[in-house]
Amino acid sequence: MASALEPATTSLPAAAAPAERAPGDDRLARILAPALIAVLVVAGWEAIVRLNEIPHYILPGPSLVARELVESWPILWPSLLITVKIAGLALLAAVVGGVGLALLCSISKWIELSLFPYAVVLQVTPVVSIAPLILIYVDEPLTAVVLCAWIVAFFPILSNTMLGLASADHNLRDLFELYGASRWQQLLLLRLPTALPYFLGGLRIAGGLALIGAVVAEYVAGTAGTGTGLAFRVLEAQYRLNIPRMFAGLLLLALTGVAIYLLFGALSHLLLHRWHESALRREP
Amino acid sequence: MSLAVAPRADTDQRGRAEPSGPLVRLEGVTKIFANGTVALAGLDLAIGRHEFVSLLGPSGCGKSTALRLIAGLARPTSGRIRGPEGAARGAAGFVFQEPTLMPWATVFDNVWLPLRLQGIGRRQAEGPVAEALAMVGLAEFARAYPRELSGGMKMRVSIARALVTRPSLLLMDEPFAALDEITRLKLNDELLALWRAQSWTVVFVTHSVYESVYLSTRIVVMAPRPGRVVADLPIEAPWPRDEAFRTSPAYNALCRRVSAELHRAMGS
Repeated sequence: MASALEPATTSLPAAAAPAERAPGDDRLARILAPALIAVLVVAGWEAIVRLNEIPHYILPGPSLVARELVESWPILWPSLLITVKIAGLALLAAVVGGVGLALLCSISKWIELSLFPYAVVLQVTPVVSIAPLILIYVDEPLTAVVLCAWIVAFFPILSNTMLGLASADHNLRDLFELYGASRWQQLLLLRLPTALPYFLGGLRIAGGLALIGAVVAEYVAGTAGTGTGLAFRVLEAQYRLNIPRMFAGLLLLALTGVAIYLLFGALSHLLLHRWHESALRREP
Repeated sequence: MSLAVAPRADTDQRGRAEPSGPLVRLEGVTKIFANGTVALAGLDLAIGRHEFVSLLGPSGCGKSTALRLIAGLARPTSGRIRGPEGAARGAAGFVFQEPTLMPWATVFDNVWLPLRLQGIGRRQAEGPVAEALAMVGLAEFARAYPRELSGGMKMRVSIARALVTRPSLLLMDEPFAALDEITRLKLNDELLALWRAQSWTVVFVTHSVYESVYLSTRIVVMAPRPGRVVADLPIEAPWPRDEAFRTSPAYNALCRRVSAELHRAMGS
């Protein structure tokens, strides 16, 4: 019955394995504990639906959702790719924009003083309320939706990278000064490596936010948007009272979010495991 | 751990003709911090070539500030400082209280840094870096990361980094204060052996009477509020200094004398 849900439980250990954070028993627990919860929840859900004879247009059971996921896969998969593409483009733009602006801010106090407040304004204004305006002024639907997602994903990268660039060890800064390091050398050899763990932390947050931003933008855009993203499919299913497909779409979105998180976690581990405290394996 | 002390052709002849006069001279140096603290008030200090000078005093006496001024890491509020020729470009090596290593870089890359900042590439740096690491007994650890090393080994890397430019002046700011007793004594001996073989000038900031007497040819006792020199004592103990010296009556007498000066400096 939970066959279609299995990716949810097996994808966790599969991605955690290369990270190799915990050997032996701990790794087994990392797989078993969440798997057990998944089995309990799915079984309980199915039981409640069957025992109370809840109609599928109110709450479909997991087995029905799984069947729907398989049957409407030809529709959902291309839509998922579009949503992932939107989130990916937004994240790319957020990395370029966030890191770029953080570098500018670190070079000049004046740039930081004059631009940072607007970055905050951009961050605190709910994207749901900006999205309709963007959809009016930006003709190309894909660009409009990417822009919405970018607004959400951009700030964590900016603020984390700024914090990282400003966090270089004081004695190391003295050392660089002692040997007459140029600004460029300080940036390249000291500030950027110091900022890397902070940036990666921001990237992990921004990855999930980019997906959320893409979904929100698609919802707001509705038929005015690209019209084929996964969020649009969920919306469409809602109009048609196809509740199992709504669940299937949501499940796919959730799994995509988890996959993005794990991907950046693995990237982070890859880049930091030789030296950073966060990636250190501690003896029990 | 053994020390490979290879005399270096360009610096080891003690009798060699050299420019006369002190290597470092501070004249009426006053340093007042932005918050109004008078860190140093009219400091006069001349440090000759090949001296091993300890700046000894309680916290707040301006000994670290004096070291930073000599290194050019801070500017005096008034007064004049003359450092070694071409300071700031590797003429002076600086060792901080913490190892201050870049955690993302290997031991090799950390020691390479001062040369790298002067535009010397990895290939060209291999010789000097290997030599500096051999001096501190870490030749086999070039590819290790700082977190894989013990506290004492990290400090050795830090010293190797200060030595890689072949400085004439070594400035050390309580370098062994954070280490355990056994490691500290060992590093003291190694530092002395290197200093005797290489004939640098060392300015060593410490708050340990015993350490300063063991290491120095001269101890400058400083007092706080405002930071100033209260005693300037030559330590004329014989060489080599080793475990026997550390337990000798002469050493004890010197320690007592320096302690007395220190107590006088603190007004007790």
